[in-house]
Amino acid sequence: MDPRRAARTVIDPKVRKVGFFAPGAPPDRSLSGPPDPIASSSASSPPIPDLSPSGNFLSPVMIPPPRHSSADTALLSSSRPVPPSPLRRDSLTSAGCIHNPSELFPSSSPTAPSSYAGRVVEFQDDPRGNSVKVATGASSFPGGGFDLTAVKTSSVPASRFTTVSVVKTMPPGLSETIVEKVGGSFEVENDRPASSKSLKEKTSKAERRALQEAQRAAKAAAKAEGSKVPSTSEAAMSANVKPTKATKAPSLKNDSATVAASEKKGGDRPPEKDRKKDVPHPRMQYDDKSRVEKAKRRAVVKQTEARNRVELFRHLPQYEHGTQLPDLETKFFQLDPVHPAIYKVGLQYLSGDISGGNARCIAMLEAFQEAIKDHSTPPEKTLSRDLTAKLSSYVSFLIECRPLSISMGNAIRFLKSHIAKLPLTLSESEAKSSLQSDIYNFINEKIILADKVIVNHAVTKIRDGDVLLTYGSSSAVEMILLHAHELGKRFRVVVVDSRPKLEGQLLLRRLVGKGLSCTYIYITGISYIMHEVSRIFLGASSVLSNGTVYSRVGTACVAMVAHEFRVPVLVCCEAYKFHERVQLDSICSNELGNPDAISEVPGREDINYLDGCTNSENLQLLNLIYDATPSDYVSLIITDYGMVPPTSVPVIVREYRREHIWI
Amino acid sequence: MPDVQVLVNEFLNNLKKRKIEGSQATARQTAELLRSVISQQRVSYTNQAGALMDAVRAVGEQLIAANPVELAVGNIVRRVLHIIREENISLTTAAIAGLGVSAVSDDDDDAERNDHPVLSAASLAAAARSTLRPPSLQTLLEDVPDSAAVPHTSSSGGDSDGKSRSADKSSRTRKLKHDVIEAVNELIQDITTCYEQIAEQAVEHIHQNEVILTLGSSRTVLEFLCAAKEKKRSFRVFVAEGAPRYQGHLLAKELVTRGLQTTLITDSAVFAMISRVNMVIVGAHAVMANGGVIAPVGLNMVALAAQRHAVPFVVLAGTHKLCPLYPHNPEVLLNELRSPSELLDFGEFSDCMDFGNGTSSPLLHVVNPTFDYVPPKLVSLFITDTGGHNPSYMYRLIADYYSADDLVVQRRPKGS
Repeated sequence: MDPRRAARTVIDPKVRKVGFFAPGAPPDRSLSGPPDPIASSSASSPPIPDLSPSGNFLSPVMIPPPRHSSADTALLSSSRPVPPSPLRRDSLTSAGCIHNPSELFPSSSPTAPSSYAGRVVEFQDDPRGNSVKVATGASSFPGGGFDLTAVKTSSVPASRFTTVSVVKTMPPGLSETIVEKVGGSFEVENDRPASSKSLKEKTSKAERRALQEAQRAAKAAAKAEGSKVPSTSEAAMSANVKPTKATKAPSLKNDSATVAASEKKGGDRPPEKDRKKDVPHPRMQYDDKSRVEKAKRRAVVKQTEARNRVELFRHLPQYEHGTQLPDLETKFFQLDPVHPAIYKVGLQYLSGDISGGNARCIAMLEAFQEAIKDHSTPPEKTLSRDLTAKLSSYVSFLIECRPLSISMGNAIRFLKSHIAKLPLTLSESEAKSSLQSDIYNFINEKIILADKVIVNHAVTKIRDGDVLLTYGSSSAVEMILLHAHELGKRFRVVVVDSRPKLEGQLLLRRLVGKGLSCTYIYITGISYIMHEVSRIFLGASSVLSNGTVYSRVGTACVAMVAHEFRVPVLVCCEAYKFHERVQLDSICSNELGNPDAISEVPGREDINYLDGCTNSENLQLLNLIYDATPSDYVSLIITDYGMVPPTSVPVIVREYRREHIWI
Repeated sequence: MPDVQVLVNEFLNNLKKRKIEGSQATARQTAELLRSVISQQRVSYTNQAGALMDAVRAVGEQLIAANPVELAVGNIVRRVLHIIREENISLTTAAIAGLGVSAVSDDDDDAERNDHPVLSAASLAAAARSTLRPPSLQTLLEDVPDSAAVPHTSSSGGDSDGKSRSADKSSRTRKLKHDVIEAVNELIQDITTCYEQIAEQAVEHIHQNEVILTLGSSRTVLEFLCAAKEKKRSFRVFVAEGAPRYQGHLLAKELVTRGLQTTLITDSAVFAMISRVNMVIVGAHAVMANGGVIAPVGLNMVALAAQRHAVPFVVLAGTHKLCPLYPHNPEVLLNELRSPSELLDFGEFSDCMDFGNGTSSPLLHVVNPTFDYVPPKLVSLFITDTGGHNPSYMYRLIADYYSADDLVVQRRPKGS
């Protein structure tokens, strides 16, 4: 135990040296460094090594939070009066690696900027309650620790917004759980990279399992104990809590069960299995006739094949677009297999109302949330199996509407692994609510919060007088530009656009509306405009592990010309979109859009050369959606882990992906 | 010659209003206009060549000023000037030859005595050779002393023999004009038939099952591809549409009606598709003396992508597109910005457009360039009506069609 701790402290800086962090970006990196309080507490109980890593607590907040919001401290302090039970002390010792909460809240921390509110909420909402350790951490410092937090509370006014959102997930009887959660997520943040690694290396699976079993038992006990304690702090909080509290009051039993569940999740993580899964499944190849036939029989959406398929892309689905939409709309009320929320999202994909990796992913996850909420397991089946099957059918429906983006694939994988790891002890409603909050967390942490982190990183790369070029319409890039503008930086934006979607026009309109000075140009003129550009910001649909950036078609052209003109190319991509797949060209895997969009030029009646001959068998219309930008055109990838060169993508995929998604 | 002036003004108007598009059409019309200028020009007995050249220069200057970006105009003006020079030289050499003969034998059989007898000076031999115009470095080297020497000989010829040669001179005058018009007709012919000559070479460059990419539309490219198709080659063509002009749609339609397997792609998909392409064949707006190409917008991107994937980038250009100038900052100086309405719908963006009213500078700029500059290092091959050439050889090819004096002649005052 002790040696392990020591080892961890050694490893700590090593991991951090990988260089994910922009210089000076997250101020509290150092927090996780010195493990003093832990070391002392853990020293007393040798056998409990590190739950923390195996506890995989969740969450993926991967970057140490730059700042702590006032809400955290407020919560902590509110829960302060919970008396530590002997049982809990047990578990506390086992939970060795908890940081002293006071350490987490450096008194110097300024009040959080509003942009961090979202992040705070997430931490607190962490559904899996995997936080017993943390709770113990808090309680383990009955004396000084409390004082510290108390001080903090007084200095920082709790913002109403965050508090309320926290309360939502808090069971009424258990203010303590909040503490646990808060603490848990922090612990994860600080400990994860180092400790998980050391664990993998040093403990055998069986050993770990045994430990976890023991801990789980201890924790469940602690939970029960804790819940009995009437929380005095609740009264204090009730003022702003009330409205939400009434609506959502999960039972006490529920809560403790969740804890157990999370424990279990952590407990049986099989690293070997993960490794086997490393090679991504081959995708469906549409030139495989028998499989296509099979898929067609199952399909809800009856796609008509495009008249003239492009020979080179036989392996991809080539459908006519627009024909099936009215048909599907009429079927809306008579479909049995698909949940209406899913159906709605599917139709929105089909019609193109929702596009963009993040928007599609969020819409899908929210639909899943709905579907899970309304799900009821038939008596003879188990929830997890039934739900997984249902989910698969939903997913295949969505694929029929539009092929999944890689980000959506990752999100689905995340959800499925969570379903698979639902403990059998959970009642159906508990399991469902746990899943719903998992999804909620995923959206918040992986997408919304990640974008905020990216924005903060990227803004450091914008100087006064810059001319920034962006292509198409990327939500992350838009946020960056707007944020930089809010910060008062003076720069000009070149929006490069391309047919057929002309998404840049929407971006242009929003940017101009916000008062940014913009230049608009089609992609053909890219060489003309590149002379005056000083930086390129691009969004991405995915970043593959060979550094290839898989993005809206045309991105590669822009990056290539920029490379030729020696202009740095910065790609902004949330880490949840990273994928371990590799790809060299844009042909083996891609998506084909509506071919008719190519031949029609809306708004230009004079361009109608192709009116008569779209049916000619010699003419094929190819509407590629994505292309692959070789990594040598990319100077920098800005992710929620910081700014990394494209060569570091596999490192991120390896180090973080498995821990956050698969567990 | 009022009617010529009317013609000139009309053409000037068309150029200024950009009503004439395409270097081929412009070149042909310029040549025709200059032909009528020459034919209407009344020529004095002395220095007819100079008079003709002055007339052509005067018109040419206006034409070039009317649309400086349309380099074909300047090319044709320079070529006509070059033609006048050459015809003049060949006539004088013939006359000198006749002179020499008459000095010796006093016979009138100068026509058949072309094998330069007594007076066969170096200049005369050079002039004779330059009229034959074999594309060799030698003619280029001898060109300079030759052109300098010619005015001398002609004037000395006039001085020494006086009135005895006046009849001969008038016939020479007529002959010069006639010859020049003949040569200009030939030039027009060349311009109109350059497609065929370029297309003839298609089979040498396109093989079976080739995949060819092109962007925008060019008649030369169309004819080239169709010529290969007619020779029973089967290949497929990717056409990038070339927004915002969408000439690619036009080309795709033509190719489809002629039975070629055609795939229309967006401009943005060029990089994605180029890895499966064997050859890029494009037309040009003009070819500069350094081998750089002024091409429809978007081609620099295509050329870069082709270079990245080691795909040959072939430029088809008729000789009228060869411009004897060296480009400086061509992306800006030899470019033209077209209406933003091709990119943005004014109706939709009217609220954004008028941001400029109150403030000093408008928030929204829309840039719609017409041309791209493709540097010579990105071009693998030029195919002209005289065959295939390296970019580095273009300066030499150009020297065949233009005389060095004419490159700057435009900027000289008219009378000189």
